[in-house]
Amino acid sequence: MKVQQGAPGARILAFGHYQPSNVVTNDDLSATMETNDEWIQSRVGIKERRIAPATESEIDLAVQAGGKAVAASGLAVSDIDLVIVATCTLETQIPNAAARVATRLGIDAPGAFDVNTACSGFCYALAVANDAVRAGSATHVLVVGTEKLSQWIDWTDRATAVIFADGAGAAVVGPSDTPGIGPVVWGSAGDKSEAIMIKDRDSFLSQEGQTVFRWATTTLHPVAREICERAGVDPADLAAFVPHQANLRIIEAIARKIGAENAVIAKDIVLAGNTSAASVPLALSRMIERGEVQSGGLALLLGFGAGLTYAGQVIEIP
Amino acid sequence: MALTEQEILAGIGKIINEITGIPASEVSPEKSFVDDLDIDSLSMVEIAVAAQDEFGVEIPDEQLKHLKTVKDVINFIQN
Repeated sequence: MKVQQGAPGARILAFGHYQPSNVVTNDDLSATMETNDEWIQSRVGIKERRIAPATESEIDLAVQAGGKAVAASGLAVSDIDLVIVATCTLETQIPNAAARVATRLGIDAPGAFDVNTACSGFCYALAVANDAVRAGSATHVLVVGTEKLSQWIDWTDRATAVIFADGAGAAVVGPSDTPGIGPVVWGSAGDKSEAIMIKDRDSFLSQEGQTVFRWATTTLHPVAREICERAGVDPADLAAFVPHQANLRIIEAIARKIGAENAVIAKDIVLAGNTSAASVPLALSRMIERGEVQSGGLALLLGFGAGLTYAGQVIEIP
Repeated sequence: MALTEQEILAGIGKIINEITGIPASEVSPEKSFVDDLDIDSLSMVEIAVAAQDEFGVEIPDEQLKHLKTVKDVINFIQN
């Protein structure tokens, strides 16, 4: 049997992102439920979020973000031979999102599959894309995180309605002579599977906030440090730390403990809410767009969430 | 050797100060975390985790909701 040769390394060529235009403020929410701006900002750090209308699906969001990433990469759509979509909020289980996103973008017959590890999904998908390019299973991979959490939220439940939001972020991964994506560190804690769940098809998303907060603020900073070690990167040399935008207090608690004193800390949650698998690429793409981080800098990505699951890697910013 | 109530109180005061900025001198046994000190549920988790590191006593989330006052936490750690 023959085996194929892959590329010596892989790197992210470009990012892209998309948010629905409809802004929902904390005051909007407090008009319909018992909450207020001060409570929401102090507990989760969110000022406003984007919520897609009924006419805009998670596939639509992915197509917009994916199209921008491909355009920014300078590649033709015909160059893409694998599409991976990270999402946990599809309206139905069949068909998957990736094949539909590929067709909508004019990508002809690529490998196409979804990854569902909820909020850590983009980092899992990016790790698989990196491995696929290095193993020769694919040449150019479109990785998309897309979520329409609003369709799985009970809009009378203030514990979740104030947190979750809609959006999409995407990256194009291609071959490189030098590595631009570091080794992934990933893991899970299935004993805490009930901490974040949609119990059945008639249920909405529920979350045990204290359990998740404790897990995130005690388990993840050693993971972050291990990611840096595996990549041979001193945390002090990071230009950016882009964790999943779960809760501003979790983000700040982890950031304090990893020694990334020169890094810009992603706080996209303030204006974007928690967009699960979309949050890491959405946050970083917006930071690049605003000029907060420079091409060639190193960013630590760290996804974590339902499962419970986590994954992360160091990447070179395109 | 078991810690005295005063020693535990001093440790809790230091932890609360580090996490919330509330002066340790305001942390006395009769104070309620929610009503007197205005400490929310997520800060309580941070305090519980820090207390575990400091005193070697795990305070699980299901216990945490029953610990209403500083004295409740001191008792939990002592027992």
